[in-house]
Amino acid sequence: MIHLTTLDLSLAALLVVALAMTSARIYPGLAKQLLVAALRTAIQLTLIGLVLKTLFANSSLLWVAMLSGVMLAVAGREVVVRQQRRFAGGWGYTIGMVSMFTSSFTVALFALIVVVGNEPWYQPQYAIPLLGMLLGNTMNGIALALDRLTQTAWDQRDTIEARLMLGHSTAQALSSIRQQVFRSGLIPIINAMAAAGIVSLPGMMTGQILAGAAPVEAVKYQIMIMFLIAGGAGFGTLAAVHLSVRRLFDERERLRLDRLQR
Amino acid sequence: MGADLTPAPGPGKVSRRESCLFHVSNLKRTGMPPVSLSLSAGELVCLSGPSGAGKTLLLRALADLDVNQGEVSLDGVSREQLTPMAWRSQVGYLPAESRWWGSTVAEHFERVDTQQLSSLGFDTAVSDWRVERLSSGERQRLALARLLANRPRVLLLDEPTANLDPVNIHRAEQLVKDYLAEQRAACLWVTHTREQIARIADRELDLDVTGLHEGKAA
Repeated sequence: MIHLTTLDLSLAALLVVALAMTSARIYPGLAKQLLVAALRTAIQLTLIGLVLKTLFANSSLLWVAMLSGVMLAVAGREVVVRQQRRFAGGWGYTIGMVSMFTSSFTVALFALIVVVGNEPWYQPQYAIPLLGMLLGNTMNGIALALDRLTQTAWDQRDTIEARLMLGHSTAQALSSIRQQVFRSGLIPIINAMAAAGIVSLPGMMTGQILAGAAPVEAVKYQIMIMFLIAGGAGFGTLAAVHLSVRRLFDERERLRLDRLQR
Repeated sequence: MGADLTPAPGPGKVSRRESCLFHVSNLKRTGMPPVSLSLSAGELVCLSGPSGAGKTLLLRALADLDVNQGEVSLDGVSREQLTPMAWRSQVGYLPAESRWWGSTVAEHFERVDTQQLSSLGFDTAVSDWRVERLSSGERQRLALARLLANRPRVLLLDEPTANLDPVNIHRAEQLVKDYLAEQRAACLWVTHTREQIARIADRELDLDVTGLHEGKAA
């Protein structure tokens, strides 16, 4: 395995700086966002590297649970900030957290106990990366779906209400919107699975191969991860959309867009 | 609260001294003064008033589309006893601008009543028409037919003839009057046209910022 030096990383960073300088002429704000994001990547990944190093040295369920909790909290915040029209109060955050917790954590537990079958099952070397990938993808799916849901409900309020006026149920009034919303939540993972191996080599597998693992072993892990992600992101999106739709209407089946932030 | 009325000439007119069908007591919501009113079976009541007084907000509250407080009942049954779906099927609200979600006209109808459509000037081919090619007048007439296909007991019509030419205004007025007579339904009809009020109203209500008032007799 070839070790990367600080110089190697700096050379790669030059590419981002060059992109920022070029795009600054077209859109200065975007260049700044790009640099901040790149900086965050470097700092956050360095920190998590140190945390994982400590964690792997003493594998305790308490520490794994605590780190998982932090990851979940940050993912919940990320779901909220990615929405243009979010639920007012803590609702967006709560819906995101509950959906991600129920889907990602269940799928991660299933994978660790049934599929991987390590002893102990919470061995951080497996648990944390697995949960991280699941949470990241579930978060993406939920954020995309909820953004689509709230935005479409806002834009099409007249059409939704036109159906309610005619005595249609909330499910009927939202039927076509709900399809689009599920689609936007699931399309990233469907696309990723469809193109995997032909157009793109997935990141996890590439990382394992670069780090010296046998390709066939890396591929097996990647297939498992893809399926787990599909399950986690899919069920997470289903749950989040279900909870959000319930919040969008009240007990008299009125469309309550006043529950979204203006 | 039966209205005293001088029977107007024309077909479809029936005696309207009947018990109260639709009763509203102390209805409150934002953007509108508190409102109480009653409609009898077969009665057509015109609602007018300055814009911004809350006529549309009143109709939306009656259809229970926005948060509101107060007692509203149909045939003595309060709205809380009915599911929202059942309530809105029976208290049919027609907004000033209609919305269409499918691609053809037929997709929007529970059942197609060809007689009703022909009395609005459409032939049977209208079912297959594409929604995006409808004129604003056609949309308005079809939206009325779509609402009536639910057989509502109360009609809440928000300027239902605003985009129509004189011939079609007459058709729509006649259709609603016939419907009220046949189904023993009641209607609250928002309009600004004095001539229309004179033609169709059994009674007139006027909504301004201070509240709802009995208007000049039609």
